[in-house]
Amino acid sequence: MNSLILLTSSRIVLPVAILFSVYVLLRGHNEPGGGFIGGLIAAAGIAVHSLPRGRNALVRLLRVSPKALIGSGLMLALLSGLPGLLLAEPFLQHQWAFPGGLPLSTTLVFDVGVYLCVIGAVLTFLAYYLEA
Amino acid sequence: MDLALVVFIAFASAPLAAWLGGRSSPVMACVPLVLAICFLGFAPLVAEGQAVTAARDWIPSLGITAAFRLDGLSLVFALLITGVGTAVFLYASLYLKAYPRLPRFYAALTLFMAAMLGAVLADDLLLLVVFWELTSLTSFLLIGFSPEKAASRRAAQQGLLVTVGGGLAMLAGVIILGQIAGSYSISGLIARKAEIAGHPLASTIICLLAAGAFAKSAQAPLHPWLANAMVAPTPVSAFLHSATMVKLGVYLLARLSPVFEGHQSWVLLLTGFGGLTMLVGAVLALRETDLKRVLAYSTIISLGTLVLMIGIPGDLSAMAVVTFLVVHALYKACLFLVAGIVDHETGTRDSAALGGLRHAMPLTALVAFAGSLSMAGLPPFIGFAAKELVYETGLAASTSWLVVAVALVANAVMVVIACIVSWRCFAGPPRPTPRKPHDPGVAMLAGPLVLASLGLVFGLAPWLVSDTLILPAAAAVAGHPIDYNLALWHGFTPMLLLSLLTLGLGVAAFGSWTRIRTQLSGVEQIALWGPDRVYDRAMEGLQSVARWQTQAIQSGSLRSYTGYTVAVAALAGFATLISQGGFAWPSFAGIWQPELVIAVLLVAATLAVLRARNFVAGIAAAGLVGFAVALLFLFQGAPDLAFTQFSVEALSIVILLAIVGRLPFRDSDYRRRGEKLRDGTIALGAGVMATLVMLSVLAQPFDARLSDFFRAESVPQAHGRNLVNVIIVDFRALDTLGEIAVLGLAGIAAAAVIAGLRRATTGGTR
Repeated sequence: MNSLILLTSSRIVLPVAILFSVYVLLRGHNEPGGGFIGGLIAAAGIAVHSLPRGRNALVRLLRVSPKALIGSGLMLALLSGLPGLLLAEPFLQHQWAFPGGLPLSTTLVFDVGVYLCVIGAVLTFLAYYLEA
Repeated sequence: MDLALVVFIAFASAPLAAWLGGRSSPVMACVPLVLAICFLGFAPLVAEGQAVTAARDWIPSLGITAAFRLDGLSLVFALLITGVGTAVFLYASLYLKAYPRLPRFYAALTLFMAAMLGAVLADDLLLLVVFWELTSLTSFLLIGFSPEKAASRRAAQQGLLVTVGGGLAMLAGVIILGQIAGSYSISGLIARKAEIAGHPLASTIICLLAAGAFAKSAQAPLHPWLANAMVAPTPVSAFLHSATMVKLGVYLLARLSPVFEGHQSWVLLLTGFGGLTMLVGAVLALRETDLKRVLAYSTIISLGTLVLMIGIPGDLSAMAVVTFLVVHALYKACLFLVAGIVDHETGTRDSAALGGLRHAMPLTALVAFAGSLSMAGLPPFIGFAAKELVYETGLAASTSWLVVAVALVANAVMVVIACIVSWRCFAGPPRPTPRKPHDPGVAMLAGPLVLASLGLVFGLAPWLVSDTLILPAAAAVAGHPIDYNLALWHGFTPMLLLSLLTLGLGVAAFGSWTRIRTQLSGVEQIALWGPDRVYDRAMEGLQSVARWQTQAIQSGSLRSYTGYTVAVAALAGFATLISQGGFAWPSFAGIWQPELVIAVLLVAATLAVLRARNFVAGIAAAGLVGFAVALLFLFQGAPDLAFTQFSVEALSIVILLAIVGRLPFRDSDYRRRGEKLRDGTIALGAGVMATLVMLSVLAQPFDARLSDFFRAESVPQAHGRNLVNVIIVDFRALDTLGEIAVLGLAGIAAAAVIAGLRRATTGGTR
């Protein structure tokens, strides 16, 4: 998998994929997109980048273990449900605020959790698959 | 203060304890200390006979509430948990200083404490079960503190399997009880005790609940796990396996005692197994020299005594249970901590090799003697009052001679154990030890010192603890307020005579301890046929069944797994279609549209998969099928679905190609003609079945209720126009939470499989 074509092209694919995945994640609530798709795109980008370079490159790129991404994603999703509980509403009842017309919500926290979890799951698998 | 909040704070303080514990800071003892002060604040209210309650809706549709209730019994337990917890946290900060993985240890220890609090405060039986199992889980983590040791792993697993197995039996009992009573509220059950005790299923319930309690409280023959759990670090043994967790079974029995008191099955089970446990513990304790195991067996004796006392009906037994419980927690936690100090400072805890430590560690010797005197039941320690109460209850029971005889043996052995822990180790001429001993730091001595002094203070001034704690707790066990004057001196009574007899027997037995020990440890039947061996046999049996069924079902060929799965799915589909008669043709009106081109592409791509000469071509062609399906979604107005499909296809092609590039796949098809025919039939069958099902589905009129709801409510309720994403993250967020958890687990599991495969192929060590 250490072809020159892949090595060169993946250098461009990675930033584009990450940028696009964040864009897809953020627009997801109103336009096609969301954490799941965004996560898949980011994972594909990172996978293309680390396939020719090996596991160490993947770990260096992420700076954390991919397993930690799964954990933090799940944690974010869980945390996003707590404000509902505190306001005596059901768990995961999302809360919204519109400071100056900017819509902010726990929904986004949840979606970021999904995003991280998807990336983490794919890369955990990939990291073990790639040779050290 | 709200009880639910207290339990929540206990759980929420786990990260704080992990952080402080990671740096071995004694400040973390503040976590249990604050909680203890909090519970002390409730004491005046509870002493007046009132109960503090708090309730939250949990699963209202099933009538399950997160209800908490603090009465006398709960308060005694809560104070023991947080009080002993404070001593143990402080002690551990010095004792475990050099150990690895400390943050995890303290997190588990704090979670255990929180779960214990939840269990003794719960007023809903199902809530109690949840916390109960949480204590089993955290105990598993704490026993397995050194997972690199095989004995540690085995002990952790044994403890988990025995206590969780008992917990499952208890859950069954709880559910039956709830069905009969129509509610899981404990205070509600006690209010309707006559109805429940008279029910024909009462004996079944008692057996199931007792099974759970006996497993947790290490009653014979389920006791070996407790002795084996001594591989855990000493703070864990002192906290979980003597003072608190093993008492949870006793707590459950005491809590439900007002309901079942005097029921024939209840009395027989509890007195029978309690008495048996006392004798078994007494015999096994005399075989050991390891200080911690000796103390563990003395804990088993005490747990047996408590169960026996609960089985005996009457106010006196309630009083005896609570007094003995408090006394035992005080001296046993103290002695365990002393055993830990001895181990830590001398490098051994083999009592046969120790002696004369009083010169090197005078303060520790003082504490050890104070704890041992309370354990041996000598005045002026509170242990004396507890022992007298046990004898008084025994003398008043129906088969008094038997109860008193068993108690006499057990208490005499307690005297022997007290002598082993104190006299044997600290008196006499000094013996050489692996390390040069000296008194430990303040953090390690403070806890046992306070616990031992409390035993003395409460003995000299029993009213300090009697009116505020013991009487309200005994009232909860008896089911009505009781009046008793807890005192050391009751005059010249039969109990005093029995006490003297106990002391004489115990001292005499200690005199010939070495002879008794060598004779008892020579009995090989205990190792060959004892319950610990039975457990091993059962585990071996389980593994051989697993091995047999794996060999019978798992061929290891991915192709045959796929074949079986697809074939069964196809057959099930056909069977349903035929037996239910659900097949129908849809109308094909309006089918001639430009999208039909995609259908042609799909068919062409499928044919390409069939014609592919190698894996790479096959994967690319299969990817084409996926992309064509995505296009179809796009044209049918499902851009999100198409988007996802595109991403998934791209990712899976990348990963699959990477795998094919590395693994030694055979490039050519090696199947014989008959096998190809078989695989083709299965594939065709599944395809036809799926087609028929899809056609039947299309023939049904479209039910638009759900999509109408989401279309109408998406923007007002969830502020989002993308229905699919709104459903994923908002309307059905809980489902998504479950899905991403599964996804994460699947990723980790796949990684583990690959790591295992790599080890197997490269021949690395396992």
